[in-house]
Amino acid sequence: MNMLKYIGRRILLMAVVMLGISIITFCVSHFVPGDPLVANLGQSAMSDPEIVAAYEAKWGLDQPVYIQYINYMKNLLHGDLGTSIRTKQPVLQDLEKYVPATFEMATLATIISIVLGLLFGMISAARHNKLSDHVLRVISLMGISIPAFWLSILCLYVFYLNLRILPGSGRVGAEWLGATFPTGFLLWDAVTCGEPTLFWDALAHLVLPSLVLAASTMGILTRTVRSSMLEVLQQDYLRTARAKGLSERRIMIHHVLKNGLIPSVTMFGLCYGSLLGGTVLVETIFNYPGVGLYAYKAATTLDFPAIMGTTLFIAAVNVLMNFFVDILYALIDPRIRY
Amino acid sequence: MKKKIKKFIRKNPLAFVGIIIWVLFIICAVLSPLIAPYDPYLQDLAVKYQAPNAAHLFGTDSFGRDILSRVIYGARISIPCGLLVVALACVFGTLYGAIAGFFGKAVDEVLMRFADMVMSFPAILLAMALAAAMGRGVGNAVLAIAVVAWPKYARLMRGMVLSAREAEYVTSEKVIGQQKFHVLLHTIIPNCVSSQLVLASTDVGNAILTFAGLSFLGMGVSPPTAEWGYMVSDGVAILEYWWISFFPGAAIFMVSIGANFIGDAVRDILDPRMKNEL
Repeated sequence: MNMLKYIGRRILLMAVVMLGISIITFCVSHFVPGDPLVANLGQSAMSDPEIVAAYEAKWGLDQPVYIQYINYMKNLLHGDLGTSIRTKQPVLQDLEKYVPATFEMATLATIISIVLGLLFGMISAARHNKLSDHVLRVISLMGISIPAFWLSILCLYVFYLNLRILPGSGRVGAEWLGATFPTGFLLWDAVTCGEPTLFWDALAHLVLPSLVLAASTMGILTRTVRSSMLEVLQQDYLRTARAKGLSERRIMIHHVLKNGLIPSVTMFGLCYGSLLGGTVLVETIFNYPGVGLYAYKAATTLDFPAIMGTTLFIAAVNVLMNFFVDILYALIDPRIRY
Repeated sequence: MKKKIKKFIRKNPLAFVGIIIWVLFIICAVLSPLIAPYDPYLQDLAVKYQAPNAAHLFGTDSFGRDILSRVIYGARISIPCGLLVVALACVFGTLYGAIAGFFGKAVDEVLMRFADMVMSFPAILLAMALAAAMGRGVGNAVLAIAVVAWPKYARLMRGMVLSAREAEYVTSEKVIGQQKFHVLLHTIIPNCVSSQLVLASTDVGNAILTFAGLSFLGMGVSPPTAEWGYMVSDGVAILEYWWISFFPGAAIFMVSIGANFIGDAVRDILDPRMKNEL
């Protein structure tokens, strides 16, 4: 019952934050210097009075700001994020097209960073102040400090241009370019349609961008796992466990790991936003057709509806992700359930 | 003194490396006209796309400009901008968090929820949107990143103020009849400064990376400014001329990792309780 109450409260809080981020995006797109009409319609559409009138009526630009916001909110709740100037398509429709690609990349990057972060963090803690701890400390700091766009270029230079073992850009090779896929989640589609060549092709395209994207999250997780494990290793209950005669293995798995991983769960939730933000840089370099590349193209062409729609969408995904992380946190740590 | 320095180096070898990196880059920034072998903006198409050689240690770019000179001049932009972002975010976030924590109740609730909202935007994305809205330019890029970076300072400060508010030294100030604001400005904030500094020192690397990323995307400096992130983007389409992207990117990486090495040591020294954390 307590758990349900906690979830209920978190949902309420999430709704407030979502409302807030819609206000922020509304403000940014409505108080851009210059004429918001030009910014949102583009210079060419301005010469057509019909388009201008339709736009003004839709968004109620002649009305007070709060009415404008209510209109904006109404449209949002109907799934209308505006229409992109560049692609002339509703932003939501554009996003639907690009989300599967980014989802695949972000998921793979998440898996890589969690696996490596846990592994490195645990090794570091177990070998506290030994050589491997120092080496891993430098590696995790390198992951945090390396510019993702530069690492992408280095990887492309080595693995694509020189070794020629991995593809350089896009999601699929030339032979799949015109093809349509049932869901757009290529790895999934390849499995369900029984196309092993598509699976390996898509995976090969994913490897480099996901690795680059994972670098900084891996570094942060390594440090979090290490420090929380070190803290647990000093606890009295470990001495008790040893005194009881439990095996070291059992102590590591049941006592150290379980307690040591709790802070990492929250940390991962906090990192997820920067991972999503990183897709803008990485997708741009790998010319990977996802939400990040879409946002970049929108920003360079001053396509405001698309920029703000994408920003709102990614922030919402991030908030949702943090909500699940919080619930997970409450599930694994009974102390949180108040 | 010598002994102390030796002890510091032995205890914090990474921080020592970080300090050396930063000193070198600060020298580059201050003395760039003296150190740089060429004019960073001098175009010479006769020597374009030259690989690193004796005349051009880092090679030349598509306009025949000397990359070493441009990297040296680049320190003049990235380093001050990174520090400025952190300074703006830290000062604003600290005051914001202090006000939220000090007044508590509804003020706290509203202010901190707003900070949460700003935090839920991925930094580079919101900064990109803001930079696009405000227009291209170094100042706008710095402002856009600072606007995204302040909430973590506010959060930390609020927590500190909440616990300081109950501390005895604050109660005694109240008892002797000090004004609320006086207590906040002269007693509480100075007591919380060291942890804000710790956060700021670990944030410098991040700020420099975000700034370079924004410039890389074309939202920061305008061409032909010698700025590292922008210079890396020069080489994206021409990977075979690897040096065009490699050296400026390496500069960003070094400054950023140097800042993180120093930040780690600052945290250990100023805030021993946080040792081993993060």
